[in-house]
Amino acid sequence: MMHVSTVSPALRGSLRDRILRALRRYWPLYLMAIPGMLYFIIYKIVPIFGAVIAFKNFTIKKGIWGSPWAQPWYQHYKYFFRSPSNVRIITNTITLSLGKLVVGLLPPLIFALAISECRNKYVARAIQTVSYLPHFLSWAVVYGICLTMLSESTGVINGLIKSFGGKTIPFLTSNKYFRGVLIGSDLWKNLGWGAITYIAAIMGVDTTLYEAATVDGCGRLRQIIHVTLPGIRKIFVVLMIMNVGKILNVSFTQVNVMMNDSVRQSGEIIDTWIYTEGLGKLNYSLSTAVGLLKSVISFMLVFATNRLARKWECAIW
Amino acid sequence: MVKSKGDVLFNILVYVIIFTVGLICLIPVLFVISASVTPYSELLKNGGFVLIPRKFTNVAYVEMLADGALSHAMWVTVKLTVIATALNLVVTLMLAYPLSRHSMPLSGAMMKIVMFCMLFDAGIVPTYLIVRKTGLINTLWAMIVPTLVSAYNLVIMKAFFEGLPEELFEAARIDGANEFRILWHLILPMALPIILTIGMYYAVDHWNCYLLSIYYITKDQLKPLQVILRRLLDASRNAADQELVPTETLKMAAVCYATAPIIVVYPFIQKYFVKGTLAGAVKG
Repeated sequence: MMHVSTVSPALRGSLRDRILRALRRYWPLYLMAIPGMLYFIIYKIVPIFGAVIAFKNFTIKKGIWGSPWAQPWYQHYKYFFRSPSNVRIITNTITLSLGKLVVGLLPPLIFALAISECRNKYVARAIQTVSYLPHFLSWAVVYGICLTMLSESTGVINGLIKSFGGKTIPFLTSNKYFRGVLIGSDLWKNLGWGAITYIAAIMGVDTTLYEAATVDGCGRLRQIIHVTLPGIRKIFVVLMIMNVGKILNVSFTQVNVMMNDSVRQSGEIIDTWIYTEGLGKLNYSLSTAVGLLKSVISFMLVFATNRLARKWECAIW
Repeated sequence: MVKSKGDVLFNILVYVIIFTVGLICLIPVLFVISASVTPYSELLKNGGFVLIPRKFTNVAYVEMLADGALSHAMWVTVKLTVIATALNLVVTLMLAYPLSRHSMPLSGAMMKIVMFCMLFDAGIVPTYLIVRKTGLINTLWAMIVPTLVSAYNLVIMKAFFEGLPEELFEAARIDGANEFRILWHLILPMALPIILTIGMYYAVDHWNCYLLSIYYITKDQLKPLQVILRRLLDASRNAADQELVPTETLKMAAVCYATAPIIVVYPFIQKYFVKGTLAGAVKG
């Protein structure tokens, strides 16, 4: 019978037989997988159970099991939602990621279109290479670059403003500009890198469509509008949906590197708050409670948006 | 072919866009390099605006290297990058290969665990407690083990293995090669571009290590380059420190030290990583 031969031999027979047969044939593979799987289980899965301290009054001394349960079990959530800081850090987080999402939506797409329309392939490749570079620089280095460009006393931009007789702008130390600096530096870092996906998608568009469009008398701009953009609409929407799913995950490293006390008001996000509260002030249970809530919401968002993205992909095909 | 007016305009627009992006990416970096080789007095005179330095000095580089804290941090980072990248590659490879063999029972279940880990983050504090329990706090290992395998890189590598034709494995198995030999002699040589790509991702991550050391390292001797750089950049803000405040020139020299290896290695491997990334993106 056909279907018997398609089932791998390891799946036939009693459980014990199957295990033995699988081990005999695949033992080197199982052996290879052990270190990696151990890593995921110990450092990713076990901590999920450790998050039970969100409902306890955890101290290092008493350990996870020895520490008493919180009274009532949602004690830390009650505290967090009554504390004055919660609204600020939640709005900061969402404002920042929405800002990054909106500002970062079009530039990579436009850049990708320009690169693929550039007829001189050497120029296109050279500029593409340059545009990836910022992606590989650390946030500390980017902060150094921001100082060079934006510092109030020695920054390039304020130097220009001064030479034209204007008033200097405290980009890095004022709550008014700080979010803009975070969003702008993120765009700078990821513009070229973000274009890779679009460039690949554009290369995947059926070339006969362009030939047909040329025959129909479409200029290059109209080819973009009628062929290229519809061809990559799917990937654009999928990427956008997936970014919405990541709305609670703003780069902790970026904010931690760039923030100083004078911009804490506008820069503090959920993750930096958890870090200061948990590892700084040793309020383990409170910070775990907030972190757990964030993880659960985040997980649901990512899961839902991934589903949505997949559905959208199928709908278009 | 006669070029219409619209076509010429279109070409101009295309070049304007790509050169603008190119310049925006490059100019800030040039300003940093210039600031690091311009005498500080010159820099102050021009209000920081020096794109192409007229006077040249390497004082900042010499001084930064003589500064024990920075060169020590650089040594920590080099050590970290080499050890961690090697371990990352070995473990990722050894996990990606079995996961790509769908005929192996449980490979699907193991992949589900990995995907779940990719989506659900246990949180900063519970992870900290495990890192603490396993005795890694304030050791070099705290910056290596907690990110031993990146699920993202694992998926790229697995997608590569899945793209290899099944007949290849069958032929090797009929020849009597065991799984270790197949991996070592058959698969590895073919996977070299993807290994280089992923190796570079890992290496850059470790060279730029910041987060893990902020979480798990409190000892100054173990702090990596980026953390020390960050501290240096803000040194003037903490005026309470009685240490000598580094000048802009010194700070930018430190930035250059922290960037140099990436800029030097980058052109040589970039052609691999674009290929590798696209392969991963298309198949993954």
